[in-house]
Amino acid sequence: MIAGLSLRNLSVRRGGRLLFEGLDLELAPGEACALTGPNGSGKTSLLRAVAGLVRPEAGVIAFEGAEPDAARGAGLHFIGHLDGLKPARTALEELAFWTRWGGGAETDVRAAAQALELVPLLDLEIRRLSAGQRRRLALARLIAAPRPLWLLDEPLSPLDARWRGRFAEIMVDHLRRKGLILAAVHDPLPGATRSLEIPA
Amino acid sequence: MSPLGALFRREVALAWGRGGGPLVTVGFYAGVATLLPLAIGPESQRLASVATGAAWVALALASLLSLDRLFERDYEDGALDLLALSTTPLELTCAVKCLGQWVATGAPLALAAPVAAIALGAEVRLAPLIFACALAGGLAFAFIGGIGASLSLGARRGGLLTAVIVLPLFTPPVIFGGGALAAYASGLPWQAGMALLGAYAAAAVGLGPLAMAAACRNALS
Repeated sequence: MIAGLSLRNLSVRRGGRLLFEGLDLELAPGEACALTGPNGSGKTSLLRAVAGLVRPEAGVIAFEGAEPDAARGAGLHFIGHLDGLKPARTALEELAFWTRWGGGAETDVRAAAQALELVPLLDLEIRRLSAGQRRRLALARLIAAPRPLWLLDEPLSPLDARWRGRFAEIMVDHLRRKGLILAAVHDPLPGATRSLEIPA
Repeated sequence: MSPLGALFRREVALAWGRGGGPLVTVGFYAGVATLLPLAIGPESQRLASVATGAAWVALALASLLSLDRLFERDYEDGALDLLALSTTPLELTCAVKCLGQWVATGAPLALAAPVAAIALGAEVRLAPLIFACALAGGLAFAFIGGIGASLSLGARRGGLLTAVIVLPLFTPPVIFGGGALAAYASGLPWQAGMALLGAYAAAAVGLGPLAMAAACRNALS
């Protein structure tokens, strides 16, 4: 559905401060872009602008092969540092809800839980999960409802070494299937074919 | 199940979940209804004449209680981002959230309203109309309340701000519903007041989601 993402001459202003201007990026299927830059440089704001949650000050965000609204509604996943999980609900309830919300089915819930080894945790309340386990639950949405473009905001940060490796495999697999990844990272991004540095 | 069906179930489950949800709201309602005779005085004649009105005002106040959590929790934990990022229009999403609020707290309050009114001395024959008014009024309170809750997103002490925004907008349903009940109690035609209450609820359901979606988008960006 999304056969490419292009940002042209993009500027984003937040709270009266110009975060960056004149940013260009072309991302084709099978490509991953590592978004780097110091804290507060606007990596999260760039991801939110691509997701349509923040209106850019100037410039164009275009999705190849789809209108912006359709591309954003059904073609991309946004995993921010807030995971949208309710502490009082169980992992299964939350994963099942977000799978349905993304257009997935009951079987997709199981598959996603297995892929991220969440099955033993499904009956636990979210408040009992560790930061890494919560992040894995959030990342399970990527598997539960397949979508071509992944927007990831520091996806690896709370994960342990083993899960950094496992998630790297999942990302490389997504790229092999002609997916696109735009990820804000401080460490090297597995499978990255290009990088974009936002200056301070 | 469709995404909106799943959202509705989630909203009701969250409202019923920890912290007692509707039970606390009904408890607050009972508390306000119990305080009134203490303030007005125990003469049953005087109490009976204000019973329906008092039950109705207490209902409007109790409807305010859980509003601050309608959008605020989803906003704070990032769920609102994901709800906005969907092919489902945000207007429909907001409408379903308010419907969940109505079912989870408006309906229990509508059941409690006739009980409270009768306990204060209202005639038993008024019970069905009080229930109907509370149900229709609760729908209006949920959708108007949703507008206030979405407008105060991100504000410090948002719950208080919500109440200040919403209470003036609660006046028409309070007037229409209270008028219908008073008219019915004294044997006058009550249909007009009920019709106006229904019309206000319908307008809130139709127009409220547009305002809520705009306010949510503004808060997210």
